[in-house]
Amino acid sequence: MSKKIAETKIEAKDLSVYYGAKQALHHISLSLLEREVTAFIGPSGCGKSTFLRSINRMNDLVPTARVTGNLSIDDVNIYDKSVDVVELRKRVGMVFQKSTPFPKSVYDNVAFGPRLNGITDRAELDRIVEESLINAALFNEVKDRLDASAMGLSGGQQQRLCIARAVAVNPSILLMDEPCSALDPISTAKVEELILELKKKYTIVIVTHNMQQAARVSEYTAFFYMGHLVEYDKTRKIFTNPSKKETEDYVTGRFG
Amino acid sequence: MSIKRLIGIFAVGVATVAVIAIAGLVFSTMGTFLVKGLPNITWQLLSEAPRNNNTEGGIFPAIYGTTLLVLVMSILGVPIGTITAIYLNEYTSAGAVMPRVIRFAVNTLAGVPSIVFGLFGLGFFVQFLGAGLDKTFGNTEAIWAKPALLWASATLAALTLPVVIVSVEEALKNVPREMREGSLALGATRWQTIWKIVLPNSTTGILTGSILAIGRSAGEVAPILFTGVVYSLPQLPDGISSQFMHLGYHLFVLSTQSPDVDKTLPLQYATTLVLLMLTFTLNFAATFIRSRIRSKQFR
Repeated sequence: MSKKIAETKIEAKDLSVYYGAKQALHHISLSLLEREVTAFIGPSGCGKSTFLRSINRMNDLVPTARVTGNLSIDDVNIYDKSVDVVELRKRVGMVFQKSTPFPKSVYDNVAFGPRLNGITDRAELDRIVEESLINAALFNEVKDRLDASAMGLSGGQQQRLCIARAVAVNPSILLMDEPCSALDPISTAKVEELILELKKKYTIVIVTHNMQQAARVSEYTAFFYMGHLVEYDKTRKIFTNPSKKETEDYVTGRFG
Repeated sequence: MSIKRLIGIFAVGVATVAVIAIAGLVFSTMGTFLVKGLPNITWQLLSEAPRNNNTEGGIFPAIYGTTLLVLVMSILGVPIGTITAIYLNEYTSAGAVMPRVIRFAVNTLAGVPSIVFGLFGLGFFVQFLGAGLDKTFGNTEAIWAKPALLWASATLAALTLPVVIVSVEEALKNVPREMREGSLALGATRWQTIWKIVLPNSTTGILTGSILAIGRSAGEVAPILFTGVVYSLPQLPDGISSQFMHLGYHLFVLSTQSPDVDKTLPLQYATTLVLLMLTFTLNFAATFIRSRIRSKQFR
C-alpha cells in the first residue's frame, strides 16, 4: 500500500465562537487532514468541545451562540448562508460522550439515518444496517437480536451502536466527543481499535481527557487552553517534545 | 423527658390524626355510596332512559352523553395542548417573550373558575363561532348557534388545556437532550426529530395529560350548563350538534329539580356511584396503558 498523501479536509480560519457575551473560542486557525485521527485535548472548559461542535454546527442549537471567521470542509465554508445544515450533518457524523441509542430496536437505530434520507427499500436497508454494524465491530454480537431494543445492550455495545448509526449515513467525517469516558477499559479498547480501523475511511476528530488514548489513536493532537489553540502538531511531538510550556505542563499532568 | 421529644411525639400524633381524618373522610364517603348505591345499580338503570319525571327508569342517556362529551373533549383538547407544549418546549428558548406570554396565559387559565368557562363557551363558541358557521352555510334556522355537544366539549377542552400542556411539557423535558442531538447530528430536521424521537418518547406524558384532563372534566357541570347539557332528552344525541344529558347534571336535576326528591334518592346514590366508577375506570384504563407503554419503551 502506498503512503497516502495527506490533504486538508477541515480548515478553520480565525474561528471564534461566543456564547452570549462570553467568548468560548479565540481566533482558531488550524487544518485537519483527511483520513487521519486528530485528537483535541485540554482541561474542561478549554473550548475543545466547542470547536468540535462547530464542525457540524451543533452550536447552532444554542440560542445565544455566535460564530465569526471561517470553517471550511472540502474548501466550502460551512458557515456560508447557502449551506444547508441538515445536509452538512449528514456528511459530518457525531458520536457523543453519553451513548444515547434511541429507545427503538437495534435495527431501527442504525436504519434511522438512511430512512431520513428516504431509503425505504427493505433489502437496501438490510444491507446498510449489516454493513454499518460490521464497520462498527458490533455485528457479530447483535446479529441474532436486531429486533431487540437497543436499550438492552451493554454500555460499550451502545456506544458502538451509536458509531454504527453515525456511519450508516455514509459521512466523510466522524466527530467523537469523549466517546469512551463512560466505558470500562475493555469496551474502551474495543472502541479505540475501531477508531484505528475507521480512519481508513473517515476523517476522525476525537475529544478526549485521556492522554494515553490521544497518544494511542491519534496522528495529530491539538492542545486547547482557555479558548485558545496553544499547540497543534504530530501527536508524538506533542507528547514527547512540545514547543510550548503550557502543553508540556498539561501532558505531563502538572495541571488540568 | 426532654421538650424536644415531647414536640416530636406531638408532631407524630397530629400527623396521625390528620391521616386518619382524611382516610376516614374518603372511606366513609365511598362507603356510603357503595352501600347505598350498589343495590340500586341494575341492568335497567344502566340501559334505560329515565321515566315518570326521573323517578323511575335508568340513566343510560346520561352515561352515554358523559362518555361522548369526554371523548370529543379529548379529541379537541389533547392535540391542541400537545402542539402548544411542543411549541413552548421545542421551538422557543426560555427567556423569549412569546413563551412567557403563553405561559402566563396558561397559568391564568388554570385559575379561572369553571362557571366563567361556561359563560365564555356560551359567548364565544355558541353565539360567536356557532352563529358564524350558520351564517357561512346560510342556515335559516340555528343549527350551530345553539348549545351542543361540540361546544360543551370545546369549553371543557379549554378548561383542561393547562393540565394537558403542563404534563406534556414535563414529558418533553424528560427526553434527554443527547437523544435530540443524536437525531439532529444524523441530519434529521427539527421536525423529524420531534416526530420520530421526541414524541414517541413522550406518549406517557401525553396520556397522563389526557388522564388528568378527563379526570378533571368528567364531573364538571358548570362549564357545560350553558353550552350543551339538557335536563332530559327524548332520544340519544345523534351528532356533535345535538344536546346531551350528563351524569353530573342529572344528579343535580335528581336532587333539586324533582317534584318528589325522596323518590329519586335510590337513583341519586346509584348515579353518583356510576359517575365515580366511570371516572375511576377511565383513569385506571389510561394508567394501565401508560404503564404498559412505559415498560415496553425502555426494555
